Amino acid sequence: MRTRTPVVAFLVSLHALTALTALTACGSGDDGAEQPRGTGSDQAGGLGSITVLAASSLTEAFGELGDRLEAAHPGTTVRFSFAASSELATQIRSGAPADVYASASPSTMDQVVQAGDADGGPTVFVRNRLEIAVPAGNPAGVEGLADFADEGLTIALCAPEVPCGAAAETAFAAAAVTPLPDTLEPDVKATLAKVSLGEVDAALVYRTDVIAAGDDVEGIEFPESSAAVNDYPIVRVAESPNAEGAQAFVDLVLSDEGRSVLEAAGFEPP
Amino acid sequence: MTTRRQRVGGLPGVLVPFAVLAVLFLVLPVVGLVVRAPWRTIGTELTQPESLEALRLSLVCATLATLLCLVLGVPLAWVLARGDVPGRSLLRALVTVPLVLPPVVGGIALFTALGRRGIVGRWLDEWFGISLPFTTAAVVVAEAFVALPFLVIAVEGSLRAADQRLEEAAATLGAGRWYVLRRVTLPLVAPGLAAGTVLCWARALGEFGATITFAGTFPGTTRTMPVEVYLALQRDPSAAIALSLVLLVVSLVVLAGLRERWLGTSR
Repeated sequence: MRTRTPVVAFLVSLHALTALTALTACGSGDDGAEQPRGTGSDQAGGLGSITVLAASSLTEAFGELGDRLEAAHPGTTVRFSFAASSELATQIRSGAPADVYASASPSTMDQVVQAGDADGGPTVFVRNRLEIAVPAGNPAGVEGLADFADEGLTIALCAPEVPCGAAAETAFAAAAVTPLPDTLEPDVKATLAKVSLGEVDAALVYRTDVIAAGDDVEGIEFPESSAAVNDYPIVRVAESPNAEGAQAFVDLVLSDEGRSVLEAAGFEPP
Repeated sequence: MTTRRQRVGGLPGVLVPFAVLAVLFLVLPVVGLVVRAPWRTIGTELTQPESLEALRLSLVCATLATLLCLVLGVPLAWVLARGDVPGRSLLRALVTVPLVLPPVVGGIALFTALGRRGIVGRWLDEWFGISLPFTTAAVVVAEAFVALPFLVIAVEGSLRAADQRLEEAAATLGAGRWYVLRRVTLPLVAPGLAAGTVLCWARALGEFGATITFAGTFPGTTRTMPVEVYLALQRDPSAAIALSLVLLVVSLVVLAGLRERWLGTSR
């Protein structure tokens, strides 16, 4: 009897710890996805707090545009959540508070529009094409899409559920190559990370991601990429708590200034 | 156990509403899962080849990870509870770090250690041509990494609580070390060992962050149930709910087994 009590007490504290672990895990995930910018307070005169849910591939370009909007309108805070477009579509349909949704494919945008969560029609603002990403120095000597069928290479692709994965499937179909991936990642930045870490020999990501990754990653263009060019639509979210701010962000993205930032990041005009 | 009951009976009434809220808070999400489950199509959802494959992989990997934890964890618990090693509390703190570490961080840490460019993985790759990431073995390693501390703490706790005089008595009666271990110590710590094993298995079964980071996700080799649920949510939320129910049922069965063990020995 006496020997049981410490076990029970331990289990109770252990359960508390388990909960703690889970909480920390969630917390860190949110920290990675959401990057609050500016002061975080709604000052008078600004556009208040604008929440933008955007495809992972827009991380760098939209981050820059958010900074510019905040600088142009003091008292404005642009908060981003970057993730796979399909995951963000699910979040919006489940009622996630958001002002703007920018996705990496018309089909994920359609899910939001069909559910009645879009305010007005979406506008295609850029296009993006796929590129082969290899670790710096291309240790495995990858040359083209055909190498993705090599069993000896470690290959990462986006899962077919997310836009970059759907585009990859189209590209492989165009090239008549059956890829042998070792992992199907949940979003394009996760795929890119495996290349940056040098843990895979090659991956298919967007051109913009290769540019954003800097020196750790080299890009290889391939002819079949023109068969799978993704349109990126943007829309104001119907339940937007800040319609004025949402419109201001969409206007900036569609402006000449917005276009030049996006093209500098490697996006193509629609 | 009587002292514990008296304490519970003496609780100030003001705590009761909070306790009720806590129960609702913990139970409502599970109720939601059951209510929103696509009961009409659940049969076809769950017999999809991908679902069955993910479930099979989850059960196999969690079991292998638990075996690995038992082989490594019981000796470690022994050292922590009985060993005469310097810096034992520091050692205990070190080996329980994965318990409080966000699992995703654990996954990245595993890359830096056992990845193809990791401090150890580099040599594994160079000397033996072994590359761990993106394999089923990587799933087992990731699960064992996060689950091992659960087992170690449970077993260490019961080793400390076990009455050592019984072991001494056995020894004075002429029993050898192995005999004492088999016939006295292990039976004494059996409830703690069982509880630790079950918790370790449950933790391994639910592992998500370290697995998706270190092992990636590929159907049949590395896509376990939690990862399948996560991806299904983007494709088809009702399928995700159906799959979640399976994990819920498995967890409940495990918990029921644990309660049985508890009640059976403590009443």
